[in-house]
Amino acid sequence: MGGSGSRLSKELLAEYQANPFKERICRVFSTSPTRDRLSFEDFLDLLSVFSDTATPDIKSHYAFRIFDFDDDGTLNREDLSQLVNCLTGESEDTRLSASEMKQLIDNILEESDIDRDGTINLSEFQHVISRSPDFASSFKIVL
Amino acid sequence: MDMAQPLPFVLDVPETPEDQGSQEPSPYDESEVHDSFHQLIQEQSRWAAQEGLELQQRARGATGSGQHTLSGSEGAHSTATLRILASMPSRTIGRSRGAIISQYYNRTVQLRRRSSRPLLGNLVRSARPSLRMYDLELDPRAQEEEEKQSLLVKELQSLAVAQRDHMLRGMPLSLADKRSLREKSRTPRGKWRGQRGHGGICSCCGWLRYACVLTLHSLGLALLSSLQALTPWRDALKRIGGQFGSSVLSYFLFLKTLLAFNALLLLLLLAFIVGPQAAFPPALPGPVPVCTGLELLTGAGCFTHTVMYYGHYSNATLNQPCGGPLEGGQCSPRVGGLPYNMPLAYLFTVGVGFFITCISLVYSMAHSFGESYRVGSTSGIHAITVFCSWDYKVTQKRASRLQQDNIRTRLKTGVRWRNLGSLQPPPPGFKRFSCISLSSSWDYRCVPPCPADFSIFSRNEVSPCWSGWSRSLDFMIRPPRPPRVLVLQELLAEWQLRQGPRSVCRRLRQAAALGLVWLLCLGTALGCAVAVHVFSEFMIQSPEAAGQEAALLVLPLVVGLLNLGAPYLCRILAALEPHDSPVLEVYMAICRNLILKLAVLGTLCYHWLGRRVGVLQGQCWEDFVGQELYRFLVMDFVLTLLDTLFGELVWRIISEKKLKRRRKPEFDIARNVLELIYGQTLAWLGVLFSPLLPAVQIIKLLLVFYIKKTSLLANCQAPRRPWLASHMSTVFLTLLCFPAFLGAAVFLCYAVWQVKPSGICGPFRTLDTMYEAGRVWVRHLEAAGPRVSWLPWVHRYLVENTFFVFLVSALLLAVVYLNIQVVRGQRKVICLLKEQISNEGEDKIFLINKLHSIYERKEREERSRFRTSQAAVPPTLFTDERDA
Repeated sequence: MGGSGSRLSKELLAEYQANPFKERICRVFSTSPTRDRLSFEDFLDLLSVFSDTATPDIKSHYAFRIFDFDDDGTLNREDLSQLVNCLTGESEDTRLSASEMKQLIDNILEESDIDRDGTINLSEFQHVISRSPDFASSFKIVL
Repeated sequence: MDMAQPLPFVLDVPETPEDQGSQEPSPYDESEVHDSFHQLIQEQSRWAAQEGLELQQRARGATGSGQHTLSGSEGAHSTATLRILASMPSRTIGRSRGAIISQYYNRTVQLRRRSSRPLLGNLVRSARPSLRMYDLELDPRAQEEEEKQSLLVKELQSLAVAQRDHMLRGMPLSLADKRSLREKSRTPRGKWRGQRGHGGICSCCGWLRYACVLTLHSLGLALLSSLQALTPWRDALKRIGGQFGSSVLSYFLFLKTLLAFNALLLLLLLAFIVGPQAAFPPALPGPVPVCTGLELLTGAGCFTHTVMYYGHYSNATLNQPCGGPLEGGQCSPRVGGLPYNMPLAYLFTVGVGFFITCISLVYSMAHSFGESYRVGSTSGIHAITVFCSWDYKVTQKRASRLQQDNIRTRLKTGVRWRNLGSLQPPPPGFKRFSCISLSSSWDYRCVPPCPADFSIFSRNEVSPCWSGWSRSLDFMIRPPRPPRVLVLQELLAEWQLRQGPRSVCRRLRQAAALGLVWLLCLGTALGCAVAVHVFSEFMIQSPEAAGQEAALLVLPLVVGLLNLGAPYLCRILAALEPHDSPVLEVYMAICRNLILKLAVLGTLCYHWLGRRVGVLQGQCWEDFVGQELYRFLVMDFVLTLLDTLFGELVWRIISEKKLKRRRKPEFDIARNVLELIYGQTLAWLGVLFSPLLPAVQIIKLLLVFYIKKTSLLANCQAPRRPWLASHMSTVFLTLLCFPAFLGAAVFLCYAVWQVKPSGICGPFRTLDTMYEAGRVWVRHLEAAGPRVSWLPWVHRYLVENTFFVFLVSALLLAVVYLNIQVVRGQRKVICLLKEQISNEGEDKIFLINKLHSIYERKEREERSRFRTSQAAVPPTLFTDERDA
């Protein structure tokens, strides 16, 4: 999971190798000063958030923090474009063109930015999430 | 973000004391911002007189444009405005621990509904003056957070233990934070109780109780974890989910649901019908035929006179040695223990089994409907795609790449559609598409007609449906208007060019193709039904064929082949018709497949209950129907096997070896689920005639699970279409409930109420209909005495009287109507709230703009004053005052 000093087993590593958000997940859950390694308790936190029994509230809260790349508390245009790049693949031939990206982000903001301040805050994000029934089942890691 | 570290939150900007003004917003300096905000508002009254005109104009300009917008991007604001923006509560909650704690404090207070205590926002503000004194010595952030935390702890202490744990568990804090909160909220409570108890005994009791609770809790946890380990197919399901995502997983979960339904039904039947009958076996009518092995396929032969089929069950009261039919009064009803009346048990158990299945089906359907269709859930497809489409279960690199490809395709198509829709303003006659239809109804195959192609049309050859083009040509030739209008007209014409042919000529063609394909598919279904009917008539007519056992297998084989082949035919036909959306295509395919299966099953039901009953006059027709259904079930399984073998394994080998394609065949979820539903319908149809059919179905489902899993992992790839897993599973549950279960229930009701049971076998051999058994029993009870007289009364007034049925259905309708009204009301409220939120947003933007202008003005003033009196006032003092 990114950090060289992480004390995680091989099996768990397998769960994350394919995840484009692995660095973000590590950053969000880590409590170490450098934010690149997970202690045992951080790891427990991670598992409890990604487990079946976590409430949708918690799941959406952490999803928001994972998507908030610059850690400033809102999803702005840069966050959204990084998120889309993660979803489509980072390489040159897979990412969207600049105009497509702009159009897409405009659409997203138009759909979910309720108070029209140009960014998506946590409650607006949770509002979007609440309309997607598949989120709770996809935001899950099975061990 | 930095929830557990005491270090301040820094955004890559070195925190130096001299450039505090230009410092990036930090989450914890809310107090500063609040103060500056307060100060600002106070100052505003002073400034208002001076700035008056400009601001008003600005506001008017903003309202005049219809919607407020932030003046430029956020970069245009001064850093002070930015800092205020960053510390708005809606933005801090996503990252700062203090904001989370205060939010949960407010929630806890609301939970307790104690209005006497003020909310945190007010309290903090009132505590501000005292706080400000410490600003110099203490770190204000830590101070404020501690304050909030202690408030939260106090609130938590006043909650019940279970509630507190629940509350803590629901907080998005790290484990260490939660633990410290828990410790803090626990210890004072213990002390308090100890003081009140005045001694050791009570505290000892409390301790003992606590230990007991803890032990029970850990026991429960251990049980839970062992249960989780026992969950069937955890690893298999995880592997499937990891490789293929949620969509394919939904098929296997559906299979699991079916297994649960069958297991429930089987349990009931085993306990109340099969078990008692096996305990009191009747005398066999003849020698047991030797098993040849073919019976596994046909279900006849040595299986015939066993608990497998209806005919084996006796019509007597089981645990009474004198036996005799129902009317037999020679036995006193209660000799030792309750008499076990087999016909009644048979009827009631099947009825109760169906009733429980019905209730659980309807419940799960309603549950999944509630989950997947929320009010207003149809808008915002882009945001949902971006935020919710990543499947965290996926563990393989390849699957992950496939998922990325899928998402990219969806995003690109969605964006392209929106481009089309938003660039050209629609002319008045054309309706604007809604967001959802725009994005979901696009397919790569249908490219819009390229406008460049139409330049070859000369004016004379323009057909009526190109009127838009001709009009714009007129304008081009002799422009009567200024150029700007011309451009607009051209744009409109281009829109019409794209829309016009699509809307008239192409739409006609589309409709014709659609109608033709539907006609052909319906014709196929009808042809299949007729073929089944003719064939079954032929089987009845030819006596020499009926003699051999193998001949019995012909009809199931034919029906199975029809079931297998016709959907493929429909799929080929569907390639002819143009589809705008892949989702619609899937639904269309499901619908046609369903119609076909319904037609075939309906014909078969008529054949069994209408024709066979008449033909097999002197024999046990129920046994025959049970065997027939067994054969259908087995044949369905065999054909599924063959289909998997040829459709997936052989096809993959062919496409890899011969066609040199890299792609594996896709797993067709819809068709596979429909196969499952068909098999389940067969099992439900046969329950009355063969009580062990659910067991056969369970074995079949288990085998299908392993075969499909192996084949899937080896041969298939995940479907490329976007697949809304929860919506589709709702649809499948509905299909399982509505045509499948309801059809089987109607079939059974008809058999119980209308058809005369055969006279030589089975529990109802002396009666006119199976339902007579209940009536006879009621009469029997009436004769037995006054002790159970309420039962006949209930029977007479509630079951036989139609008024009760009407009453219940009227009540049900009323409930449904009320629910509809409630939903409508909620929708209205949602609309109002949305309006309110957008108003608030405009207000917010207005305020931000105003704030920004004030700051700007202030800066200007400051600069000018600085210039005029440079020597008099040192500049650092200014900033200190302002930022304090």
